[in-house]
Amino acid sequence: MKKTLIGRKIGMTQYICEDGTVVPVTICELGPCVVVQKKTKEKDGYDALKLGYLDVKEQRLTKPIREDLKKKNLPPLKVFREVEVFDSNLEVGSVINCSIFTENDKVMVTGISKGKGFAGVIKRHGFGGGRITHGSHFHRAPGSVGAHTFPAEIWRGQRMPGHMGSDTVTVKNLKIVKILQDKNIALISGAIPGRRNSIIAVREK
Amino acid sequence: MDLIQSVEKEIAPVTRAINFEVGDTVKVHYRIIEGDKERIQVFEGIVIAIDNHGLGKNFTVRKISFDVGVERIFPLFSPRIGKIDVVRKGKARRAKLYFLRERKGKSAKLKERKGRSGVIAADVPAAPPAEKAGE
Repeated sequence: MKKTLIGRKIGMTQYICEDGTVVPVTICELGPCVVVQKKTKEKDGYDALKLGYLDVKEQRLTKPIREDLKKKNLPPLKVFREVEVFDSNLEVGSVINCSIFTENDKVMVTGISKGKGFAGVIKRHGFGGGRITHGSHFHRAPGSVGAHTFPAEIWRGQRMPGHMGSDTVTVKNLKIVKILQDKNIALISGAIPGRRNSIIAVREK
Repeated sequence: MDLIQSVEKEIAPVTRAINFEVGDTVKVHYRIIEGDKERIQVFEGIVIAIDNHGLGKNFTVRKISFDVGVERIFPLFSPRIGKIDVVRKGKARRAKLYFLRERKGKSAKLKERKGRSGVIAADVPAAPPAEKAGE
């Protein structure tokens, strides 16, 4: 079963190894996460752990969530996510933090990418575009999107302008370079999706 | 940003303060690893730029070697740097001395700056990160 934690992207920096090599890393806060609910096959149809993360003011929560957490004697939490049951010892209320991972672990990170708004085909699909000078009137337009009387329609999947970014993106095969236990911080090699402070899920590969 | 800075402070392999300014002539003692052998190479030249990028802070040293200009960028926090000696303090009126690249001979020289103190070449102690964690 794959270990998963909810966290937050803090920002990027460099990690300098002992031999002087420099690794680009993303600073991520992982946990502490609280087990909010244990879903079971008998009751819910499948096994899962519901993790909660990020303290929040009580009045910011909706009443159903607030009352549910209160009933279970849990602090007010902002983000919830269901993960696999990776440790059968976990009960409702138990707290997990980045100590479940070790350095040099391979992980995959899921986040929501930065939104780009309504983007044209050059930015969105990497089209070449036309000439800017020499009398060209064709600059950044998509060009032809299909043939004439036959097939008399535009094929599904034709690449066109539209909304770009804000997608759920998973980056695989990233390495945990360093873990700072007291701060609940992990340094993950390379870039991860999303802006600063965006919510991420780090899953063991 | 504070969190990034505090993390950078914790993961820095060496604690090192910059003991020179742009325009100074410095000797950088750089450890070079060849196979299993290790030796120290000294690179002497004028500091023409200091770039701040948090942990990636670096400085550019320029020297003329056999009539060819050679520039080398050193990461300030690299554990491969043994020590940095200041040989001569130069007077510079700007932060980046890229104009030296177009100059040769005497015009590529900077006037000597009368330093506030005669003490230069402060060696910087290297603290291994393992010790820090125990603090």
